[in-house]
Amino acid sequence: MAAISRDEVAHLARLSRIEMSDAELDHMASELDVILGAVARVQEVAANDIPPTSHAIALHNVFRADVVKPSLTPEESLSGAPATEGPRFKVPQILGETE
Amino acid sequence: MTNIYSTAAQMSAALATKEVSSVDLTQQHLDRIAKVDGDVHAFLHVDTDGALAQAEAADKLRAAGGAISPLAGVPLALKDVLAQKGIPTTCGSKMLENWRPPYDSTVVTKLKAAGVVILGKTNMDEFAMGSSTENSAYGPTHNPWDLDRIPGGSGGGSSAALAAFEAPLAIGTDTGGSIRQPAAVTGTVGVKPTYGGVSRFGLVAFSSSLDQAGPCARTVLDTALLHEVIAGYDERDSTSINQAVPDVVAAAKRHDVKGMKIGVVKELGGDGFQAGVSQRFQEALDILVANGAEIVEVSCPNFEYALAAYYLIAPSEASSNLARFDSMRYGIRIGDDGTVGAEEVMRATRHLGFGPEVKRRIILGTYALSSGFYDAYYGSAQKVRTLIKRDYERAFESVDVLVSPTCPTTAFKIGEKADDPLAMYLNDIATIPVNMAGIGGMSLPCGLAPEDNLPVGFQIMSPVMQDDRMYRVGGTLEAALVSKWGAPLLSADTKLAVK
Repeated sequence: MAAISRDEVAHLARLSRIEMSDAELDHMASELDVILGAVARVQEVAANDIPPTSHAIALHNVFRADVVKPSLTPEESLSGAPATEGPRFKVPQILGETE
Repeated sequence: MTNIYSTAAQMSAALATKEVSSVDLTQQHLDRIAKVDGDVHAFLHVDTDGALAQAEAADKLRAAGGAISPLAGVPLALKDVLAQKGIPTTCGSKMLENWRPPYDSTVVTKLKAAGVVILGKTNMDEFAMGSSTENSAYGPTHNPWDLDRIPGGSGGGSSAALAAFEAPLAIGTDTGGSIRQPAAVTGTVGVKPTYGGVSRFGLVAFSSSLDQAGPCARTVLDTALLHEVIAGYDERDSTSINQAVPDVVAAAKRHDVKGMKIGVVKELGGDGFQAGVSQRFQEALDILVANGAEIVEVSCPNFEYALAAYYLIAPSEASSNLARFDSMRYGIRIGDDGTVGAEEVMRATRHLGFGPEVKRRIILGTYALSSGFYDAYYGSAQKVRTLIKRDYERAFESVDVLVSPTCPTTAFKIGEKADDPLAMYLNDIATIPVNMAGIGGMSLPCGLAPEDNLPVGFQIMSPVMQDDRMYRVGGTLEAALVSKWGAPLLSADTKLAVK
């Protein structure tokens, strides 16, 4: 049985906000199936008593003083924006008309 | 006579005695780029005016007699994943085509402060995902030793620029081998410092717990000189290590390994490694023994699971990090015709803006992090990470450094593995464990494989914040090899595919 189905890939693509053609979905599903088969090996040694490591060098509570420092101007912050309106990012409609 | 074939250390000395000016040296490299980069395609952007202006500033500073960094006025190639204010920074992706950052990464700030001249931005696999530079949206980089072959990846542009004598210094980033593997297949030197040793501020994130910027050059000493410039604590990177940088330059100059214990990792060699790679690796070990080091075999049994764990952890972090490319604040925007909502615009933009490998990893990472699969995949991978760290800790109890071949093979042909993601991933089998444990790793050339006359890389691994140890071993090995060969692997006499 395949580790991952075409429908699951379509669902993941929706969650990831990536449009995919039927051909892309077919190709991706077969490739991911092979890759997942290979990476599933981690389960062979991942025993219950082994703690997980999220970072190579464990650091905790990295704080700095809450002091304002020079930063980007509004113009600089907006300099790479696809669209702007005044000192703001201009974006397509986010909510539906009925919401 | 100082020219493009000189080392950065030689250039530094010639600049100090005014034998050559930085403007002259920079112009020589710009001419070289104009001559060969049509074939190599190491650069995505050459900042001719900016580089010459920086060179002029470095010359003025020297003329004024002020305190100056050894590398002031020496040219460098910068991987296109690091932000440089006002200069295109694409990460090899259509998504960031024409994006010009409004700020400098900390690495660039440090380079500028040292007076290093930034020639331009180098090609890479899109968002640093790949081992061949074939995943760049702007076309592949070609290996200067054989233009039909890959220069490694993701930092193939930086290493190819060094091998083609387009720059004496370069910056790379290494998440699973992206500095060391390109160094190995181009006959150059590359170092992944201890995680946290060089700031990640302004490095466009792929996998934040693994990404590390580092120095690349043609010699161990040049690499150390650059390491010294870019390393150090940065409060703008929350994972930066607040400790003194080890004296890597002194270590590179030491040329002595007497009494050092060097562990050969049993699991990173043998079956699956090209015969010429194993042969040159073994000869290098013999040289280290002749220089007074003791070689012992060490077993790291969990390394065989490192590749699998990496291809869960890195895509998981990537799926989160790359969510920022939503077409709202920077980058391209597709399909915003006023009739559709933001979500549809995001979907269309990410469809066209990302290439196949990036999409594959985002989908894989989203899957590994989804409820129901999290424990089996991401959770298990994090446990494997613990096991790999323990393997290293146990090994470093009895040896000073660990060594292995950097890659299983020499440079393969462009297109050879493009349709087989798993075969491509196997290139990184010996480099990935280093990133998983956050330790330091270096690749330096140990000769050409007899069967194909292509460079072989020798990898040295050192414990956290003991980066000087790999420079000590690397510097000693390099000196002995160059004395045996009569000349460095890359010199004016080397027969490259570009003249």
